[in-house]
Parts: sequence; structure tokens; C-alpha cells
Amino acid sequence: MTISPREAAWREDLRKAHSAKERAAIPRVKMPELDPAYRITCNEEVNQGISAEQAVLEATRCMDCPNPTCVTGCPVGINIPGFIKEIERGEFLEAAAVLKETSALPAVCGRVCPQEKQCESKCIYHKMKKEPVAIGYLERFAADTARLSSQTTIVGTPARANDASGTGIKVAVVGSGPAGLSFAGDMAKRGYKVTVFEALHEIGGVLKYGIPEFRLPNSIVDEEIDALRDLGVEFVKDCVVGKTLSYDQLLEMGFKGIFVASGAGLPRFMNIPGENLIGVMSSNEYLTRINLMGAGRPGWDTPVLRGKHVAIIGGGNTAMDSVRTARRMGAERAMIVYRRSEAEMPARVEEIKHAKEEGVEFLNLYNPVEYLGDEKGRVTAMRLQRMELGEPDASGRRSPVPVEGAIEEVPVDLVIVSVGVSPNPLIPNTFAGLDVSRRGTIVVDEATMQSSLPELYAGGDIVRGGATVILAMGDGRRAAAAMDEKLSVSD
Amino acid sequence: MNKILSKEHFSQNVVKFVVEAPMIAKSRRPGHFVIVRCGEHGERIPLTITDADVDKGTITLVIQAVGESTKKMCALEPGEYFTDVVGPLGQATHIEKVGTVVCCGGGVGVAPLLPIVKAMKEAGNRVITVLAARTKDLIILESEVRPYSDEVIIMTDDGSYGKKGLVTNGVEEVILREKVDLVVTIGPAIMMKFVSLLTKKYEVPTMCSLNTIMVDGTGMCGACRVTVDGKTKFVCIDGPEFDAHKVDFDEMLMRLRSYN
Repeated sequence: MTISPREAAWREDLRKAHSAKERAAIPRVKMPELDPAYRITCNEEVNQGISAEQAVLEATRCMDCPNPTCVTGCPVGINIPGFIKEIERGEFLEAAAVLKETSALPAVCGRVCPQEKQCESKCIYHKMKKEPVAIGYLERFAADTARLSSQTTIVGTPARANDASGTGIKVAVVGSGPAGLSFAGDMAKRGYKVTVFEALHEIGGVLKYGIPEFRLPNSIVDEEIDALRDLGVEFVKDCVVGKTLSYDQLLEMGFKGIFVASGAGLPRFMNIPGENLIGVMSSNEYLTRINLMGAGRPGWDTPVLRGKHVAIIGGGNTAMDSVRTARRMGAERAMIVYRRSEAEMPARVEEIKHAKEEGVEFLNLYNPVEYLGDEKGRVTAMRLQRMELGEPDASGRRSPVPVEGAIEEVPVDLVIVSVGVSPNPLIPNTFAGLDVSRRGTIVVDEATMQSSLPELYAGGDIVRGGATVILAMGDGRRAAAAMDEKLSVSD
Repeated sequence: MNKILSKEHFSQNVVKFVVEAPMIAKSRRPGHFVIVRCGEHGERIPLTITDADVDKGTITLVIQAVGESTKKMCALEPGEYFTDVVGPLGQATHIEKVGTVVCCGGGVGVAPLLPIVKAMKEAGNRVITVLAARTKDLIILESEVRPYSDEVIIMTDDGSYGKKGLVTNGVEEVILREKVDLVVTIGPAIMMKFVSLLTKKYEVPTMCSLNTIMVDGTGMCGACRVTVDGKTKFVCIDGPEFDAHKVDFDEMLMRLRSYN
């Protein structure tokens, strides 16, 4: 399958073109960003992307290691040196083709993957006490260049996909988020007739309703979806599998395999007094209103509450997305309230940095215990319990312990609860015979993603209970490989 | 896109639509709702399904023009389309033979009540239907509920039709007169609150169907949360029907004013 193999003559020549010392002497590229004062006035993408010159120079930093450890840090196993060396030699579209080999959504991953915890954390440069190669920026550069040149030819596609008839076997996908799209792309390339069912009126799942425009523009997601349409993938919106269509109906419709990627739809609350006051809502609700429903934009019908003093409860990426959105919606004081310290925060380093630049306050080591409201039931203040760090807990992070008697009251008029999500119970509740864990996740074989129902595979947050875009995509890939193996044998 | 096949005005602000939605028509049960959107920039509005025709592949929706979005919907004409109709959502009504069931609805709440009246009758119950509205012109679906009701009591605030009084007067009249095994109430939150207070006094089990603010309708946003028996529930996936005696109606009434 490999394109751009390490043994290729051009790559050998390229390796000889610069010494390791020369490569290591190049400083890591800085991502051009919009000015914080400007960007909080609009929804424009903060990261502007690197130029071709910057990309080639950054690609030159990569040593093209014989045993590239970066690849082991990638949940989908992208041929990282392969695409980077294509950039170094100026073959940007080839670089994109290498990415497309393993990732259905490189322009998305280049933007939202936590590379600092994955591929870049394994870069050889760490051993040299230097900053890792900016793999994420390069991924985004290659994917964007290919998008803009509108050359979406899929290189390296297995032969069957080029056969007009394909295998002709029908497979269904439930949910059009990252896991579903990744699975759909892989199966379409293998020649299957893929139909993706989406409950909402837009395709893209969390990429549309969750991640804000300033971090991932919807137009990027739409282009990736269009590329899947070009591969023959069919999308059906406004269809809630388990409700509109039952499992049996899907089988009657001739689907031989079903991949469930319905996501972690259910927001968690903390069950503290005052949580149902007006002005206290989930990050899912806040972000969906703004990102999916256009609330706050002229001419869109959906309303949203705008607070002057906004608190976001939680320290994950969704919390950062929410707090930065609140700034853009006009909040004078936008606060993160997090019960541990910044060192334990699950959010990406870049997200925290961007939030700080945008004037977000961090109330770390605080936990809300109650919300207070006025006579109309609108939230007016939160009571925060001061915390300190105790012994490490099951997650390996030091667990927060309340400091007795240390309670402070902070005025707020909007509170966004962003303390995690639970799996959407819709499919587990409506598919008889499906094995579901106590947490409500679908139980699957980790290698094949197959569930207790033989035709049904699952991946993403409905299996993991809340993870990342790239892990979801990895699940989609594994499920596609396993389902293909099963269906092509029984075919 | 879902085509509107027919439109009928029940009153100036209340419109009945028959809409093409074959998959929903097939899957829906009494108590289910749909989310409807009108226009590419439209809101997602939850509406309980009034009726369905599996053969024709249609569902019936009754919409009251109260806000901007429902006004836009009510202005649509046959041949035009709703941008999105998704469902059926929520838990279906639990239907069984319990004996005597009083189904009471106020205003446009009679629309979601109709399929329950039908199903309760078909399950072998004695069904007494109480329809209430401010005035005669606002009483809807009377002829539709009659064939499935052993008795229909009409209540109007101004006495212009049926008896003068509130829905609670009609329900109380029945409870005082005969043994009632179940009350089903659908209508404005304030009406359901008072029906619930009344039936609690007489210890008659009561089921209500809540219509709260929603965005996605599939459990994702939590905008619809209500307190039932001291616990937070999502109307969209846990409901829309609950034991009325356990619903915190005051909190629900407060939350309904979130965007006013």
C-alpha cells in the first residue's frame, strides 16, 4: 500500500541533502495567528496556516528516521515521514495523497488533533532537548494545499474502488462524526455501498455542532464530506437510527453490516443546587445553539443567552471551546472554573494558551457547590469551594480535595457546565441483544470493534465514552478493516 | 424536506398540517414527537405527532403560532415544504386497560392528546375526554375525539360553549361522580400543574406530556431538563410523559421563560 516509501531513490537523495546537524539547527516554525484583540470580535479561524516556504523548511527539520517513532504515536498510523518528505521536495499534493491513504479527514486532524500528546510527543527531537517537528501544522498545510488546488484524486486507493461496480455490498453507518466519516471513507474505497444516517440536519456530528468555527471552519468539514460523496458515500440526514429506522429495518433494507458511531450525546451535570436555574446549561447546548443553529448571527432564528460574567465549569477542550466562544459572544468576564490545577487540565496546551491570550480567567482549584438565582429564576452567582491537590487518583492525576470552610461567592449571569458526556442511550436502548457496559457504552472486541450483534460494529465515543477525534477515526478504520474481512469472506 | 399536503385552520393561530414523512409515519406510536425546522436558518421546534397514516406515508401536526418560528410554520401552504422533520422521538405512551381514563387537554394540547384518546379507547378503557379553551372558537378536534370517547365534556372560560369553567372543573366533576383510574393531561404547563394538584388531592394517578424547550431532541443538549421526583430528567429521551404528581411544574414554568 505504501506510497512514498523510505527506500525510494528521491528520499535517499533527500536525506543526503542536509546533515542531521543542519536539520536540527532550524528553529521550529511558529503558527501565524490572528491578533487576540481582533479575533475575539469575530469567528475567523485563529490559526492562519503556514506558508509553502515555512512548510518546506519545517519539513527539512524532519530527520526521516529509520524507525520513525512519531508513527507509533498516531492512532491511525499515518505514514508521517512519508508525507513530510513529500513536502520537503515540494510535492505537496503527493503529501496529501499519503495522508489520505490512512486518514479520511486530514484537514480536520491537522487542526484539532492533540499532536503534542500523540505523534509530536514521540519525535526524536525530544531526546535532543529540542522542539518536535510541527507534524500537525505540516499535516494541515498538505491537506489545505490539496483542498485549495481542488485536486481531490485519491491516490493509492485499492483497486476495487476503481471498479465501478465495487463489491456492491451495502453497509450502514449511524452518525456522521469523525468515527462514522472515517469508516465510510475506508469502506467506500474498498468498494462498498455506504449510507451514513445522521440524526441532525447537518452532516459532520461533533465537528459541526461542537468544535467552533474559529478552531475548525465548517467549510473545511464540508469539503471533506464532499470528498466522501465523490467516493460514492450517501448521506441521509434527519434520520435517528433506533427511532426513525429500527435495527431490523436496516437489515431488511439489505445492509449487511452496520457501524454505530452515535457519539457521546448525553451531557453530564453535577447535581448541585441551582443547576436548573435559567442561565445554567451544558456546553453541548451552548455550542450547538451557536455552532449548529447560528444563534447570535443576524438572520438566524435560534436564541442564545449572552452573559456578561460567564463561568465555564471544566478544564477540557470543550470547556476551552465554550469559554472562547463566550468571549466572542461579548462576555466581559469569561472564567474557567476547574477543580484541579492547570498541570492536570485535559485541554490541549494550544487551547489553554489561546484562551489566556483572549483574556480568559482561570479559577483553578475551585469547584462549584451551588448556584444562586433571582426571583425570576435567573442565575446570579455561584458558590465555589476552594480545593487543594491530594494523593493521585485512578487517573494518575492528583485528586482535588476541598479546603474546609473555604467557600467564595462569584457573580455570574451565565454558567456553562462542561464536565463531560455520557454515551447516547438511544441505540443501546433500542437494539435488542446488544451488549452494553454499566457506563452505557457499547461493548466491542477491541481489535475488530465488533459488538455482541454479529452485523453490528461500533466505535468512537459510543464505545469510549468521551475521547478525541483521532481516536474515533482510528476506531472507524479498524472497524472497516474487520467488517471488510468478514463480509468479503462470507461474500 | 417534507412536503405539506394539506392545511386546515382550527382558529386564527392554530393550524393543522398533513405532512409527507413515510418513515416517521411507520415508526411512530402515540406520545411520540418530532422536531421540525422551517428555513435553512430556522429553529428546531418540538411538536407532538397528532396522527399518522402509514399507507399514505403522512403525519399530522397541529401548530400554534406563538413565536417567530411557529408563525413562519403556520404561514406555509400546501405544496410547500418543512425544511426538516425528524423523529419519532421520545418514549411512546404506555397504553393499557386500566378502567376509566379521563383525558383532558387545553388549547392546542388537545392535538397531542388525540392519539392517546384513540389508543386508550382501543385498549378497552372507558374514556372521558375533557376539552378546554378560553372561548368556543379555540376548542379544537372535538369531532375527532368524539368517536373514541364515551363522553366529551367541553369547558370554556367564558361559557361560550359547553360549560363555563376551567379544565379542572370538568375533571373534578367526573372524579366526584365516578371512580377514575387514570388522568392524562396535556396542555399549557400551568394547566397541567393545576390538574396535577387536583388529582393529587383525590389520589388519582395522573400522566402529563411535557413540551419544554429543546434543541436537538435526542438527549444531546439538556435544554429540556425537568425535575421529576427530585431527579433531573430529560424530556426528550426520558419523556415526554411523566407521572404528573412528581413533576416540579414551578421549575418547568420558570425554565420555559428562559428566552422571554
